[in-house]
Amino acid sequence: MLYFTRWKALAIILTALVVCLCAVPNFFPEAQVKSWPTWAQRRLVLGLDLQGGSYLLLEVDSNYVKKEKLDQVRDDARRVLREAKIGYTGLNVRNDAVEVRISKDTEQATALSKLRDLSQPLGGLMGSSGQRSLEVTDAGSGLIRLTVSQAAITERIRQTIEQSIQIVERRVNELGTVEPVIQRQGTDRILVQVPGLQDPTHLKELLGKTAKMEFRMVDTSVSPDQAQAGSLPPESELLQSASPPPVPYVVKKQVLVSGAELSDAQPGFDQRTGEPIVSFKFNTTGARKFAQATSENVGQPFAIVLDNKVISAPVIREPITGGQGQISGNFTVQSANDLAILMRAGALPAPLTVIEERTVGPGLGQDSIEKGELAAYVGSILVIVFMLLTYRLFGVFANLAVAVNVAMIFGLLSLLNATLTLPGIAGIVLTVGIAVDSNVLIYERIREELRGGRNAISAIDAGFKRALATILDSNITTFIAAAVLFYIGTGPVRGFAVTLGIGIITTVFTAFTLTRLIVAAWVRWKRPQTVPI
Amino acid sequence: MTHYVLIGLGILIAALTVVSVFGLLPSLRIVPDDTHFDFTRFRRISFPISALLSIVAITLFFTHGLNFGIDFKGGTLLEVRAKSGTADIAAMRTTLNGLSLGEVQLQQFGGPAEVLIRVAEQPGGDAAQQEAVQKVRGALGDSVDYRRVEVVGPRVSGELLAYGMLGLMFAILGILIYLWFRFEWQFALGAMIANVHDIVLTIGFMSISQVDFDLTSIAALLTILGYSLNDTVVIYDRIREMLRRYKKMPMPQLLNESINSTLSRSIVTHVTVTLALLALLLFGGQAIHSFTAVMMFGVVLVGTYTSIFIAAPILIYLGVHTTRGEAPETVEKSEKKPNAAAKK
Repeated sequence: MLYFTRWKALAIILTALVVCLCAVPNFFPEAQVKSWPTWAQRRLVLGLDLQGGSYLLLEVDSNYVKKEKLDQVRDDARRVLREAKIGYTGLNVRNDAVEVRISKDTEQATALSKLRDLSQPLGGLMGSSGQRSLEVTDAGSGLIRLTVSQAAITERIRQTIEQSIQIVERRVNELGTVEPVIQRQGTDRILVQVPGLQDPTHLKELLGKTAKMEFRMVDTSVSPDQAQAGSLPPESELLQSASPPPVPYVVKKQVLVSGAELSDAQPGFDQRTGEPIVSFKFNTTGARKFAQATSENVGQPFAIVLDNKVISAPVIREPITGGQGQISGNFTVQSANDLAILMRAGALPAPLTVIEERTVGPGLGQDSIEKGELAAYVGSILVIVFMLLTYRLFGVFANLAVAVNVAMIFGLLSLLNATLTLPGIAGIVLTVGIAVDSNVLIYERIREELRGGRNAISAIDAGFKRALATILDSNITTFIAAAVLFYIGTGPVRGFAVTLGIGIITTVFTAFTLTRLIVAAWVRWKRPQTVPI
Repeated sequence: MTHYVLIGLGILIAALTVVSVFGLLPSLRIVPDDTHFDFTRFRRISFPISALLSIVAITLFFTHGLNFGIDFKGGTLLEVRAKSGTADIAAMRTTLNGLSLGEVQLQQFGGPAEVLIRVAEQPGGDAAQQEAVQKVRGALGDSVDYRRVEVVGPRVSGELLAYGMLGLMFAILGILIYLWFRFEWQFALGAMIANVHDIVLTIGFMSISQVDFDLTSIAALLTILGYSLNDTVVIYDRIREMLRRYKKMPMPQLLNESINSTLSRSIVTHVTVTLALLALLLFGGQAIHSFTAVMMFGVVLVGTYTSIFIAAPILIYLGVHTTRGEAPETVEKSEKKPNAAAKK
């Protein structure tokens, strides 16, 4: 156990050295590291609990997605039946399905086959998952039921999340924060991490809006009061104004131009009144549609609708052909700015709800770093002193191995761009405890073998041989616990699992190679007759 | 101040290292070399005690319950620091109770300026929690710094609890399977009984001390598991080795020998882990205080006790024998073999 070939010894030292050197970028200011070659730029990332920042978990409203899907199926069914000139009654969404009653028995078969055409095979990588988007069944006595399959809804949620991530990304980036992280989590969630953000209220406001923007005509055939009394034309709906107090408007359902056709939006000030406004620009198709709509309706009011609230309802004075316009609607500077951001970033396909929020202020983060560092220093020093007192020269060996061990943990963490959290620091301190244990196992075994009557070299040899199997067994069990923790944990807890797991790997490495190498070198140099242990 | 302490300790280390290298220190033996304590006989006391303690812990769990933190219970937690330097908790309580948010707890946390505010989960789903935190922020305004704000909605808290419990079970199962492969099933079973014993007692401790039971507690429990097993495995490894070497030694004596010969290691290791944990407990700050306190209890008190007084002696009852009925036969066979070899 004490013999190493020259190459093996060299390989061990080189491995340890390279891994330790990976930690070097952490000791230089970030700006300086940026100028280094990319392979040398890997460094530890401080978790939000240490550097401060906001963590938000957003969930897409799957009921909304489902409802949208069902509404779409209903509209499709209406279109199909009308095109085929089939008479029907009671087309409605009921119990997660669309139901329709065909008036004439003779048309039942045609209706069924026409509606079945709406159902499409669901893609998937293999192209033939065998599932279809709709299940069309004959429920008897003229009733046809169209059920949306679970797979189709899941697929729609997946698409919704993908689109939402892009929109969320654009909105978060507008805040001008440093390196936000936006990821999908699970099937219907989005994780947003914004380092350095102290108060996520504004961010939550921005993300909480769907920002579905529409330009529609105001229905002047009835007054809002008449509409509220019940005489609302079927092609119109009653909407409230966005700014308090709520003022009702009768707005046509038909959308002239939608927010998707905007190409830019900027906050500004009205040159005459000095009020904050948002000026916007349409893309080519949007501009054409807007020009046509405005030239047909000169003198009529139209409504700018955001999330089913009327922002403003100006009267069209002249046709707007340039594809540009401005909105003024009791804005503050802040709300004009927000609206411009939302218009630029586009609408979310479905509302998002914040289901988890964790924010750490920079003060607490800094305190945690300081406390963590202090605890780490004190803990290490106590352990080092204790080891020296217990094992003397071998304590020095152990401390050397532990020092390399900790440096290697930092190296590996940097190499993996891992996140260091406060529990993560605790994990490193605990690793110092475990790393020492491997040395303790070896030394105690050597002491035993010496007591058993072996000579110095053979006792050291036997000590290593017997202790290493135990070290492996005992560390694997802890590693299993760390792996499970990594899998179930999030944020700080995951940080703990990472340092604990990496600590175990480096501990086993140093116990099997470095400690042995150091002791072997000492044995070759000293040729000891007794072991000072 | 702390810097001087650190520098001082650094110098101490340097001095000790130099002294150690020249072999001038007396050797420290925490456990005398010829220790022969009869640990296995102690099982007649330790088993009933453990059984009693476990029952107490389980009773506590059902009567007192655990102090679920917001991770598992949902709700809002704010750590604030008064800008004036001292927080007027009574005034803050009056303000916050006026918001009609149901149960609002305020608690001094660390220094005199720091207050921990807990708002119970609001009825009405995820959006309601968000409204609650907005109200609290609005009521306290700019008089405080918001050091930490955590809002966990009802669905996430349910999932976190389920994941936590599942994780705990998977860890025990994974370790059990590993030990089964590496040792015999009796050892795996013994380790698992010891495991469950550790967890039950630690949960009892959490119930008495009413520390927050949250995700970090699950992390603490898993680490305790890992450490306790680490210890158990070291002793089991030795037992296995002794079983191979001394085929006729009576089981209690063999177990005693195994425990005694690893005792020094157990104690040295626990002293080092205790030192590390002590540093975390004293200097690591409030954020990991309950985490380290739980770990201290589990690793230092329960873990060590379990591996020595439960995990090892229980093997007697699980049917690990040195002379397993057919043992004399095997001895004969192994004695015959050299003859057979000699004939050839």
